Amino acid sequence: MNHSDHPPHDHSSHDHQPPPDEGRQLSDVQYLEIALRELLIEKGVINADEIRAGVEALDAVTPAQGARVVARAWCDDQFRQRLLADGSKACIELGIDIRPTRLVVVENTDNWHNVIVCTLCSCYPRLLLGLPPDWYKSREYRSRVVREPRKVLAEFGTQLPAGVSLRVHDSTADMRYLVLPRRPANSEHLDEEQLAALVTRDSMIGVTLVQTSLVRTQAIPD
Amino acid sequence: MSIAKIGPHDLGGDDAGKVSPLSRDLQWWEKRIDALYRLLADDRRMILQVDELRAAIEALGDDVYARHDYYERWTLALRNLLIAKQVLDEAEIETRISQLKQNR
Amino acid sequence: MTLAPKFKQGDPVQVCARDVAHHRRTPSYVQGRRGYIERFCGAFANPELLAQGRDGLPLINLYRVRFEQAELWTTAEVDAGDDSVDVEIYEHWLRQCDEPF
Repeated sequence: MNHSDHPPHDHSSHDHQPPPDEGRQLSDVQYLEIALRELLIEKGVINADEIRAGVEALDAVTPAQGARVVARAWCDDQFRQRLLADGSKACIELGIDIRPTRLVVVENTDNWHNVIVCTLCSCYPRLLLGLPPDWYKSREYRSRVVREPRKVLAEFGTQLPAGVSLRVHDSTADMRYLVLPRRPANSEHLDEEQLAALVTRDSMIGVTLVQTSLVRTQAIPD
Repeated sequence: MSIAKIGPHDLGGDDAGKVSPLSRDLQWWEKRIDALYRLLADDRRMILQVDELRAAIEALGDDVYARHDYYERWTLALRNLLIAKQVLDEAEIETRISQLKQNR
Repeated sequence: MTLAPKFKQGDPVQVCARDVAHHRRTPSYVQGRRGYIERFCGAFANPELLAQGRDGLPLINLYRVRFEQAELWTTAEVDAGDDSVDVEIYEHWLRQCDEPF
């Protein structure tokens, strides 16, 4: 799994710990965040431990969850069928409960490719993929992917083979979506865990394909 | 057929620039505001719910919406919601911000 | 208490074009457009009421509606072919189309 997003403008040297606020110039909105949090703590509405636990819970969910689901579906056709029939129910088999929203799994095939968006806000299958990447929340992606999805995919370096039709899924309400990518060619020798390691976040959103040939040690913009 | 936009968030089909496929790590304050919202909306507190947060984000208006990014909009919307629900009042928020700025 | 779904898979539908002031989850780009029911999703709390701090009851039926690219945009991509967009839409925003397409 490649979790290391390498931001172009991040001057911090550490990959995993976000920088503390101290010593930085804060924006007005950052001051507002501190004020709201402090006041709510002082009034006993929340406490600091709950905030810390909440942040840890966010950090605990990564796209590795979704990758487990995908790899299981590739290795177990019965599971794959249950997953496509009722995504929420099938995920419970793997200990992932996405309620109160419901999971719709959309499968890429020889003829169909699927892409996920939320044009109205940024609804995202957080319990399978963690928090959405910046581009998923961007005006550019939310505006354009419903009208010119092929151009947007090309901006991720993705060209669909001729004859493949494309379906965009706009998460406007209570469903959440996960793309079940195509299992890459020449992956028969890999076991479930090795397959899961190939499955990237972006392939489960549908903007890229899963490949066996990626050089995983390189910093690739995922 | 010309259909009115339903708000500043109604982006589907608009013209926009290229998508940058890069993503940065979230900052602490962004994770904290996400956590804060989830606490306010949890089963124990039920002070607000996600649709109210969305509506409050949309009510920020075109200009504020466009000038702020995702978690900035959350923070501004939560402020307005907490005031509207009389959990906090505007004066105490402003006073606290002034104090914070002076003390740095 | 939920009403039985008004539409079934495959039914042709048109999305209402409705200018209301309150929060709703029906984007403008599908309003007035025609598509067909991809699936019935179940009954859910009404987000237009939840957004006002209410309980969202009665539950309302939700569908996934499939739109062809060419129905949505005058400038669909040249290679769009059978490309489509699926959007979740609540029942009160949908009406039956008179003619199938």
